[in-house]
Amino acid sequence: MTKINKEQLKNMRDLIKTINKNEILVSMGTCGIAAGGDKIYEILKQEIKERDLENIISVKKTGCLGLCFCEPNLIIRLQGLPEIAYGFLNDEIAYKIITEHIMKKSIIDDYVIFLPSIDLFGNNKNHIENGLKYVFVWEPDKKKNLYNTLIKRITSKNLENKIKVFSTKYIGITNKNPILKVLPDNIFYTNFNEDDLDKIIENHFIKNNPMNTFMLLKENKYINIKENDKQHKQIRLVLRNSGYVDPENINDYISRDGFTALEKVLFEMSPDKVIEEVKKSGLRGRGGAGFSTGLKWEITKNVQSDIKYVICNADEGDPGAYMDRSVLEGDPFSVLEGMAICGYAIGSNKGYIYVRAEYPLAIKRLQMAIDKSKEYGLLGNNILGTDFSFDIEIRLGAGAFVCGEETALIASVEGKRGMPKPRPPYPAVEGLWFKPTVINNVETWANIPVIINKGSDWFASIGTNSSKGTKVFAITGKIKNPGLIEVPMGTSVKEIIYEISGGILNNKKFKAAQTGGPSGGVIPDEHIDTPIDYESLQKIGSMMGSGGMIIMDEDDCMIDVAKFYVQFTVDESCGKCAPCRIGGKQMLETLKLISSGKAEESDIDRLKRIAFAMNKASLCGLGQSAPNPVISTLKYFEYEYIEHIRDRKCKTGKCRDLITYVINPEKCIGCGACALRCPVTAISGEKRKPHNIDQLKCIKCGECFITCKFGAINKT
Amino acid sequence: MTLQKEEVKLPQELLDFIKNNKDKKGYEIMILHKVQELYGYVPRKVAMELSRKINIPLAKIYGVITFYHIFKLNKPGKYKIQVCMGTACYLKGGQDILGEIENILGTGVNTTTEDGLFSIEIVRCIGCCGIAPAMMINDKVYGNLKKEQLIEILGEYTKLEGKEMKNDKN
Repeated sequence: MTKINKEQLKNMRDLIKTINKNEILVSMGTCGIAAGGDKIYEILKQEIKERDLENIISVKKTGCLGLCFCEPNLIIRLQGLPEIAYGFLNDEIAYKIITEHIMKKSIIDDYVIFLPSIDLFGNNKNHIENGLKYVFVWEPDKKKNLYNTLIKRITSKNLENKIKVFSTKYIGITNKNPILKVLPDNIFYTNFNEDDLDKIIENHFIKNNPMNTFMLLKENKYINIKENDKQHKQIRLVLRNSGYVDPENINDYISRDGFTALEKVLFEMSPDKVIEEVKKSGLRGRGGAGFSTGLKWEITKNVQSDIKYVICNADEGDPGAYMDRSVLEGDPFSVLEGMAICGYAIGSNKGYIYVRAEYPLAIKRLQMAIDKSKEYGLLGNNILGTDFSFDIEIRLGAGAFVCGEETALIASVEGKRGMPKPRPPYPAVEGLWFKPTVINNVETWANIPVIINKGSDWFASIGTNSSKGTKVFAITGKIKNPGLIEVPMGTSVKEIIYEISGGILNNKKFKAAQTGGPSGGVIPDEHIDTPIDYESLQKIGSMMGSGGMIIMDEDDCMIDVAKFYVQFTVDESCGKCAPCRIGGKQMLETLKLISSGKAEESDIDRLKRIAFAMNKASLCGLGQSAPNPVISTLKYFEYEYIEHIRDRKCKTGKCRDLITYVINPEKCIGCGACALRCPVTAISGEKRKPHNIDQLKCIKCGECFITCKFGAINKT
Repeated sequence: MTLQKEEVKLPQELLDFIKNNKDKKGYEIMILHKVQELYGYVPRKVAMELSRKINIPLAKIYGVITFYHIFKLNKPGKYKIQVCMGTACYLKGGQDILGEIENILGTGVNTTTEDGLFSIEIVRCIGCCGIAPAMMINDKVYGNLKKEQLIEILGEYTKLEGKEMKNDKN
């Protein structure tokens, strides 16, 4: 492949778009592979070869769809059927996909899943030409009552050849009541009773007149773009290609308008115009702090210097967050394109991507993307035949959380210990090797091509007044549907938990959501309606952070959570400044005293004083924000701290030292199973008589509690 | 006792890597990554040789190695177990998984079993929160772990070595 110019890129794109693709896209991000995606891929590949189907359909690896709870999953595009996603896959279903879906063009019941947003950037039309309707039924209780009723009704009207009914485990949104989805019309119905079912069949399926009355509208007031279908809560800008393209294939990216933004800035926009556009879009740094991206670029552009640098911060160290990894694994080209656009705007021709060494797949795919882009002349010297040159190099992180802080990151790229420096001077003025440097994180970069392509007004019509666009969250913890979600700014925590992610696991009670990782805080039940934007979160003592959202239920102890985060920052403190090094350690020791019942009430004040000092006097963001988990749990759950100190009790049973296990003599039948299991022989008693636990010997491991089949052991 | 200068021959792959990249600014950490990739850790002898080769004081190299968690000074086990202790895994019982592994192998975090087969480490988030609790053994990720599965999983590796998994509990 020789380097291409503007004309050739356009011709190429037009050509790729006309190819009607029959393909299977297997989600193979790190977690997709861990869930068994690689095995599914191998089976499909082999079966297609053995059955001579290679001319009919191809199998590709893609990044993550974000639907971690239904992995392994895949998307199939096949002429004559709507685009279908399958989830919860196993070997058997993989074989069925070949024999049923591909060979007989018949959709497999029970395993179809739906994506949680519409595809704004694809050009793939549903291949439907047969007038069939496909109806999918989702029922929260999974009992299939509605499914069976619907089949009966349709059979009694002799419509079974025109309407195909399927059951599904995930329909893209969650709701209290059952939902129907009709393809190819892409319409959701909900909140109907059995009588209404006949009306829907009559009007929609026979007269082809969809019924507004029962349509499910999840309208989100924060999406004001005309493409929005008003039935989804999510909108994918950053994750626009993730799961839809083969991340190792540049043509796939090009076919979805890849590199059109770079082309546009190089041939139609001056550097100032680019900066103006990014400023107008209202995009703010997605790494957490929320500084205006356009403004940062402008400052760097205005500094006089022969050399300037562009850095992508992909050192995603926040435990419980993996948005950036998914973007890098699923759509690496978009990050490269964003960086190149910035290079053009600020007058830089060298970029670095600083990525965690713990993400081997992301590194591999990034390197392939860089090499391929250079080969096509979309990176390197004289991009698209212009006199603009831009090169990107990967630098690996080495497992230091502090390197997510920009000055520490710069030190690490320079090959030194990753220690932060006081700011100012800010990196925008004096950064890498003392040259002006723009640092943005992965998610910010992935937004840039969208802004250039769709325009700043389009972008700014998504989100709230002060926070524009979308935010990707990795939602994990005690939630029914963990995974990646992308919501417009302004969406509330409550909507995210109950309308997008299915609610709390095992229907337990919600206690708090944690955002911002070790630098953030908790959002308790009383603030569950808080809209997600930079200011609102800060006001209630949390922060946007890079996008980890951890859901905690009534079984989670807030002291334990605070201890977890402080332990983390103590481990990760670089040790350069005293407030962080010493303060963190003291805070941790105090929390340990509290969780082991040895603290006094004055220790709460001590915690607050240390927190204040660390926040005011630490050198960098890590130390300044390290006390946040303690401050915010104290703010909303002080009673829990007091309970631990005064009553020496931990209601959730997480603080081991505060639990006692006792045997209820009325329930104990003296089987001796617990005594056998006890690692320290603390349980004794005669056969067939109630046993007893020696509290002095007991190490509170809980083995007896798990072992007892008669519920005779009480945990208090 | 006299200190003897020990001759170490660096592998050709490493020498080529250094040669190809020596003009890149700030490439020291990338070279150390390469050393670790080849040896599994950064042996002192190699660090010394490296110091002469790229003309950076040994103290500086050690400064970097000891700052970053990823670089190891001791040889890890043939199978490196990395138990994830990110927030999601922690909340879902990562600590119990770690405890059980320590029990089964009879060795603790940051140590290697006597036969050199397994070493145990804690890592902060491998980015598989959707399938927490999770761990990695070399490059393979295991998710949705339950304590009961661990004997079997570790057993697969000992079987590869032609050994039986000792199970004290049953």
